[in-house]
Amino acid sequence: MSDVAETKIVIRGRKVVGGVAEGEALVTRDRVSGWGGIDPRTGTIIETRHELRGVSFAGKVLVFPGAKGSSGWSNQFHLTRLMGVAPAAMLFNEMTTKIALGAVVTHAPAMTDFDVDPLTVIATGDWVRVDADNGVVEITRR
Amino acid sequence: MRLNDDEQAMRDGRDGPAVAKAMDLLVRYGEALGAERLVDTRNVAGTVSATTPFMRDFALQKGGMDAVFSEFNLDSAEVVTIPPVKVFSTHLQLGFDPQQPARMGVAEEVINFYRKGEGYTAGLGVQLTNTCTPYQVGNVPTRGEHCAWMESSAVIYCNSVLGARTNTEGRESTGAAMLTGKIPYWGYHLDVNRRGTHLVELDIDVLSTFEWGLLGYWIGEIVQERVPVVVGRGGSFAQVPNLQRLKHFGASASSSGGVEMYHLVGVTPEAPSVEQAFGGNRIVQTLRYGAAERQAAWDKLNVTAKDREVDYVMLGCPHYNLEQIWEACRLLEGRKVHANCSLWIFTPRAIKAVADQNGYTKIIEDAGGVLMSDSCSAMSRAIPKGTRVTALDSAKHAHYLPAIMGVQAWFGTTADCIDAACTGRWNGRLA
Repeated sequence: MSDVAETKIVIRGRKVVGGVAEGEALVTRDRVSGWGGIDPRTGTIIETRHELRGVSFAGKVLVFPGAKGSSGWSNQFHLTRLMGVAPAAMLFNEMTTKIALGAVVTHAPAMTDFDVDPLTVIATGDWVRVDADNGVVEITRR
Repeated sequence: MRLNDDEQAMRDGRDGPAVAKAMDLLVRYGEALGAERLVDTRNVAGTVSATTPFMRDFALQKGGMDAVFSEFNLDSAEVVTIPPVKVFSTHLQLGFDPQQPARMGVAEEVINFYRKGEGYTAGLGVQLTNTCTPYQVGNVPTRGEHCAWMESSAVIYCNSVLGARTNTEGRESTGAAMLTGKIPYWGYHLDVNRRGTHLVELDIDVLSTFEWGLLGYWIGEIVQERVPVVVGRGGSFAQVPNLQRLKHFGASASSSGGVEMYHLVGVTPEAPSVEQAFGGNRIVQTLRYGAAERQAAWDKLNVTAKDREVDYVMLGCPHYNLEQIWEACRLLEGRKVHANCSLWIFTPRAIKAVADQNGYTKIIEDAGGVLMSDSCSAMSRAIPKGTRVTALDSAKHAHYLPAIMGVQAWFGTTADCIDAACTGRWNGRLA
């Protein structure tokens, strides 16, 4: 490829929703709220004090600690899929019913329970390939 | 996940395609959680309604309310015929009050479509309670009963006050539970996850509904989704908190944090003592709540408030019960809502029927206020036209409404709010 050195990192985790997808990473240390936290028509985070306020996760590999807020979480992410603005994949640390159901109905590959915290090794803009079926995440620094 | 013979038969289509889709979703969801099996439930609180223009269009294009249920309650793009529900299911709050649509600015065609959907929902055997507080209108689970409930303020009440067992379910999982009587056996269904993690010791007495809201908001922000154990000043609570107090406490703690379960030592059913509340858990952190913490909670809740001219006072989040309507009426009697202000109070429709009968609706209307049902301003995104500044006696609403509607919110006591409605000015303060 180019003369820019690329480093590849591989981490492993547990499948939440199967499938393979790749895309640019969008990383946040803030938990994500569904109802009242995102606009499902654009995939944009709208929560007032969120560090990604105004940023869309559409087509991105969303890397975040976990879900918070209302029980409308799954329905809001369900809507992002129908509107064509769902994340390409989801990687998170904290398992809750909100995020499990939300990931399931979003139909995008999703993983948790990693050997290395993805928040420490993935940066926004990295290219990430998620093979949830085999429990492997491949990160290419950009 | 291990399925028993009955569950496997449902998955294989014995009870028809909708039940098979429901079981398929529960298996996918359970495996995502890492659950090992399902548990039987006979008590569901969820939503199946279509109250937005998007949902109406979806239904019209894809094949009616069966299409809405298939996609939004079963995660199935294939439209399947939905049979009557298998277990007792109560409907949560709606996107508007179907009896007062004009006031909420809801278009006629949305209402007409909703009315058809209401018939569909009743036809499935879902109870049209239309409230975020199922426990105020007859859905009161028994201690130990496994439930599948949505709505964070109801979930925390169900687990903590009633000692029943539910996780925070979603629209899809409650839909699947209605048709199967099953939900993943995970989280708060298991004893081990119901035990305390954080100890909270009170240095001041917490008595009024307003004070319980402040305490809940402060605790939720710190413990997030863990399980707080609260001990009253000197080891016991000066006064046992009643339904409206614990309703507000839980709604607050599940807004600033994600608390789904708490213990009040000597009050709630799984906490006869501190030791039993923790059940052998190590105490992660011990917190003290006094005057400074109370002030901090009040400051956070009033962070958006600036202007003292109040345009809109909303009461009834979570939905008011009869005691609260009675109290509001006593504060309101003989007074008039100010010409520049509106007062909307929300309650379940069943309680509104009693309020009508008791003359409370008339007292509120004679004063220039409105008693509404089935919804609230955050759910409906409906506020009186031109509203810039609101006054609220709900910490949950003070948390959400400014973010959702871009308004300022004052948080105070019910008396502060009624006074603001009648004077058009906010005079509340932390006494």
